[in-house]
Amino acid sequence: MDDLIKIKETIAFTLGESVLEISYVVASVLFIIGLRMLSHPDTARRGNIWAAVGMGIAIVATILFHKMDGEPIGNIGYIIAAIILGTAIGWIIALRVKMTAMPQLVSFFNGMGGGAAALISIMEFPHISEGLVQQYGMLNGEVLSILLGLMIGSISFAGSMVAFGKLDGRIKDITTPILRYINIALLVVLVGFIVYIMSLGQINPENIMYLVYIMLAIALVYGVLFVMPIGGADMPVVISLLNSFTGLAAAMGGFLYNNQAMITGGILVGSAGTILTILMCKAMNRSLTNVVIGAFGGSASGAEKELGAIKETTTTDAAIMLNYSRKVIIIPGYGLAVAQAQHLAHELDKLLEENGVEVKYAIHPVAGRMPGHMNVLLAESDVPYDKLVESEEINEDIENVDVAVVIGANDVVNPAAEDDPASPLYGMPIVKANKAKNTIIMKRGMGKGYAAIENHLFYADNTKMLFGDAKSKLQELINEIKQL
Amino acid sequence: MAEILEFFYTNKEIIFIVILSVFLGVEVISNVPAVLHTPLMSGANAIHGVVIIGAIIVMGHAATTSTMILGFIAVVLGTLNVVGGFVVTDRMLEMFRKKSKKK
Repeated sequence: MDDLIKIKETIAFTLGESVLEISYVVASVLFIIGLRMLSHPDTARRGNIWAAVGMGIAIVATILFHKMDGEPIGNIGYIIAAIILGTAIGWIIALRVKMTAMPQLVSFFNGMGGGAAALISIMEFPHISEGLVQQYGMLNGEVLSILLGLMIGSISFAGSMVAFGKLDGRIKDITTPILRYINIALLVVLVGFIVYIMSLGQINPENIMYLVYIMLAIALVYGVLFVMPIGGADMPVVISLLNSFTGLAAAMGGFLYNNQAMITGGILVGSAGTILTILMCKAMNRSLTNVVIGAFGGSASGAEKELGAIKETTTTDAAIMLNYSRKVIIIPGYGLAVAQAQHLAHELDKLLEENGVEVKYAIHPVAGRMPGHMNVLLAESDVPYDKLVESEEINEDIENVDVAVVIGANDVVNPAAEDDPASPLYGMPIVKANKAKNTIIMKRGMGKGYAAIENHLFYADNTKMLFGDAKSKLQELINEIKQL
Repeated sequence: MAEILEFFYTNKEIIFIVILSVFLGVEVISNVPAVLHTPLMSGANAIHGVVIIGAIIVMGHAATTSTMILGFIAVVLGTLNVVGGFVVTDRMLEMFRKKSKKK
């Protein structure tokens, strides 16, 4: 009889275990399919939902079936409470935030994941399995996963929070060359800590928790200082990089628990994020090391040229010019997002189309603060998908464009990228607004772009400046055109 | 040397998974139109919220009050990452869908 109960228990045990493993396989497959579908416009939304379903399966299965040393998950009430709390906060934040604030939001949520990974490491360090320590000392995979998870997770957390603060305009750039050396030193110290802890041999991990806390502090400081000097224009690259960091941190947790869902999910994001980072760097013609180590070369101002004079125009003139053109392109940049002027831009373009003007939007891959930022923004204001044209395609026909209207963009139309090898922008693909017959630049003032580089386009003969807030100026333009 | 080989042998499944996942990640992301870079980053961001599983495991076996509190925070953070990530991505993509319908 006893034997029978025992057998039954074993069966129940293996059943739960298999269901758990099957759920993880299903979850991993859904992550992969989700990511795949996310890379096509038509399937993207469903892909996101599939990935979310996979996540749901993995979470529920873990709560129900996960066992560690035969012990099922306890504290279920608190766990569910935490999940409900997190869901409520996350959902509300995600729904409330304006579309323009999306980049910082992604960064914020990314930081949360990093923070969770760091916390897991802190809690698991005292519980490193005794058997392993007795056999190998501290030089074992568990210690390495925990320490790497701690380091990467905290860097990702602190870095994402700074990136969030910067994009939200709460934190300003700090650029001193010394920071570079401090950062390298901190990184060396962090790696040193890992090596030192792992070389301690047979020791009770609980006794060296203070080392873990010191490491945590250094990693947090490093995360802050790592993002601090990086300019706003490079922020998308940094967020993408931190995103892949968090992926790695999650994978470290996966190694620790021998959990396949965490490993596949984490590594997948780690490698995909790295590739995405590299793609973004390529779009800006910058190397990753350049982004991470050197802030945009403020010193190299490029060859000094005769700048000529700025020609200001009025909304009335601009309205006439636009209304009697055949072909107009609108080149949006971050200024458009800041001014929340995307709806007015669309209104202007509808008005012009009604008057027989062909209007297209030239979307530079890195216009705004994230790749695709402008697409998202303009899509929000109902601009048809096919009117958003990538810069390369626009450039082919740019000579036939009567007016190029640049709204709040600067570096992405800077001709120095083409003709001034001394310029830090040199080699970056641009929208060749300088080749259009006329150019109207809508800008708040003569300030330089994020790259802090003089833009010769502003001084060109066929360029007219229209200073002012993008939103009010667009409104004026629309009113003027209506009166024509 | 023997330790390295032993490590390799005992962890062969994981090493397999890692290597294949790396290639898969690269493969899946390549050839993505720039339009989708932001939603894709955001979607990937939600997926690494899988770290929540670790948080649930820690909390599920938490014995002391301090681990309970830290575990609770970890689960909340993980959930924020997952839910926030997916909802934000969905919001971004919703706008694309509206477009294609109108066409």
